Amino acid sequence: MPTSDSKENTREIVVPGDLLAISSKRSGPGTYSEGGKIFASQLGIKTVRPDSISVVPLAGRYVPVTGDLVVGKIIDVGASNWLVDINSPYPSPLHVNEVPWRVEFGETRKFMQVGDIVLLKIVAVDELKRISVSMQDHGLRKLTGGMVIEVSPSKVPRVIGKNGSMIQMLKNETACRIYVGQNGRIWIDGELDNIVRAVQAIKMIEDEAHNLGLTEKVKEFLEKNSNKGA
Amino acid sequence: MGGAPTDLKLIDENGLRIDGRRPDEMRPLKIEAGVLKRADGSAYVEWGLNKVMAAVYGPRECHPRHLQNPDRALVQCRYNMASFSVDDRKRPGPDRRSHEISKITSEALTHVVFTEYFPRTSIDVYIEVLQANAGTRCAGLTAASVALADAGVPMRDLVASCAAGKVADTMVLDLGKEEDNFGQADIPVGYVPRAGEIVLLQMDGDLTNEEFDKGLHMAVEACKKVYEIQRDALRRRYTAKGAATETAMPSETDVRKEAV
Amino acid sequence: MGKDVVADLKRDYISKLLAKGARADGRQLDELRPLTIETNFIGSAEGSARVTLGETQVVVGVKLILGAPFPDTPNTGVLTTNAELIPMASDTFESGPPDQESIEVARVIDRGIREGHAVDMTKLCIEPGKEVWIMFVDVHVLDYDGNLFDAANIAANAAFKTAIVPAKRAGKGEDYPLPVLHQPISITVVKIDGKILLDPTHDEERVADARLTVATIETGNLCAMQKGLAGAFTLEEVSKVVDMSKRIGAEIRSKL
Repeated sequence: MPTSDSKENTREIVVPGDLLAISSKRSGPGTYSEGGKIFASQLGIKTVRPDSISVVPLAGRYVPVTGDLVVGKIIDVGASNWLVDINSPYPSPLHVNEVPWRVEFGETRKFMQVGDIVLLKIVAVDELKRISVSMQDHGLRKLTGGMVIEVSPSKVPRVIGKNGSMIQMLKNETACRIYVGQNGRIWIDGELDNIVRAVQAIKMIEDEAHNLGLTEKVKEFLEKNSNKGA
Repeated sequence: MGGAPTDLKLIDENGLRIDGRRPDEMRPLKIEAGVLKRADGSAYVEWGLNKVMAAVYGPRECHPRHLQNPDRALVQCRYNMASFSVDDRKRPGPDRRSHEISKITSEALTHVVFTEYFPRTSIDVYIEVLQANAGTRCAGLTAASVALADAGVPMRDLVASCAAGKVADTMVLDLGKEEDNFGQADIPVGYVPRAGEIVLLQMDGDLTNEEFDKGLHMAVEACKKVYEIQRDALRRRYTAKGAATETAMPSETDVRKEAV
Repeated sequence: MGKDVVADLKRDYISKLLAKGARADGRQLDELRPLTIETNFIGSAEGSARVTLGETQVVVGVKLILGAPFPDTPNTGVLTTNAELIPMASDTFESGPPDQESIEVARVIDRGIREGHAVDMTKLCIEPGKEVWIMFVDVHVLDYDGNLFDAANIAANAAFKTAIVPAKRAGKGEDYPLPVLHQPISITVVKIDGKILLDPTHDEERVADARLTVATIETGNLCAMQKGLAGAFTLEEVSKVVDMSKRIGAEIRSKL
């Protein structure tokens, strides 16, 4: 059951409680350690690195991590902040100091309202899971138009692909602007028919994330459907 | 729990039970993980003639809000029997028995879930018995554990569950309906295999210490078998036909920070 | 609980697609989702069926219990329909006693069965005025993606087809098949941006202005109807839906 860590990851599926290694390495995400042994805490792929052992989960709600790019939705507006839903059980406040505009006290509604979609960065998560987000960074902003779909956050790496290969292919084949949030929300904008194709392609990725040769399969699907409309 | 009608032989001359099983034999058990689309995680269990569905939503905002715990997630379980699950139709809605089972199931699961990772939230577990034939709380807990893992909820281990009992003065494993109705004792057990911990335990009937010990051990050994079936169900969910345990997910560090 | 956070954008997307005569899942406006029917799914029930309509999954169980007839119908069995919209099926369903949604669903399905005379209730009488069979039709939703009305209606019809009256166990003679007379099939549409869509998904239901369910029997006669939500239909639209119901109803019936 536990494999030696001399070989690069063998993509072994592990289940909570599985013994991953008897090792002094750090127990990474998706694992826990007890008495010098490292066990899986989530259903996922065992991943061995030089200094740690972790499990890449195959499912699970979004767990906010500092530095993550997320697609959020404004769900409430206060006098000096907006409350953002980032697809986790913890809504996050976005303070007026964390946006690129100068906002006077009480003027928040002039800039963003309930329902607006925003591209943000997670700047801090404390031990009580209180989250701070910011729009002050290159590329972050309010997103207008387009369409947002949700996929399981565990599938986000697959949508992006190794070195961004999948997302780049999706953008090329559909001529759409696509932002993939780590929180499983994906914003797509372009011509309607292309948005439809992009949405279908992403659903396909979500359903078949664990299969080999997926990038090729999705590319074929998009090429085959490119003559419909547009 | 009462005496059997005189023509009902719970154990025959060959030591076999009413359905032909040996005393230490479990009913056939099948588990499928990830069978529902809306729920975050789900599992369907067929155990003997029992048919049980479990679904998990969460961690998510805790409702009712006044039950929220500032330090950890609440594991809220709702066990329910469908009205058509039993021979005499059951009125819809929870009764005192389902409330009790909901409570002990929540407690068993709370022990293994890393609730401290998700303060102020609730992890909602729903168990529906679609067809009942004794041992539904064990089937429910078994299914719920698989559903939690399927939902990606971080856990120390799965909880496996099975009951033992006494029938015609013999200790037997995994009571069927007639054995439950006419037997002499029932011991449902919920077990965490890696740590060897018992997280659900009930007993009713009439047993000597030795009989109870024997029954408990039988149940625990059976739980270990149940555990293997649970683990297999979870792994099978993600193995494409013929791809064995290989998958194509890129590893975490390749892509964590890329979004645009 | 259960607000769909991205519903506004979805509404826009659905509208834009509709303007081109398309739907989010690629279906035609008058196309049903893939339908599967499995009968005798529940051994403890006298009749049962599990139906999937797209991603909606329901189980219907038919239970027959002895009881007293209603005073005004001493020679007929009693029909009771109940629907459980359990939280397992959707994060938009809440625990607790049936709310208006579940009650409406149960009553509409009941109406189709009752007025469509799916079962010959006069053959469920044991002793007039004293003892009859009470037929419970219990709808249990396991997974919800819209159009519970039709999914449950199909499951009920499928369950009746293979149901057995448990006379033997009750000491009332030999078991016999449930006396099925007709197969009342319902179809449900929603109206969005003035267009009529058959068999709505949950997303489509959430942005719909109005909803209409129409049930017909094999002869093409209507037996039940229900309009829902706060919008409105024109006379022409109602007529169109009635025609659709006869046509699609026959299609569904052939799959039972």
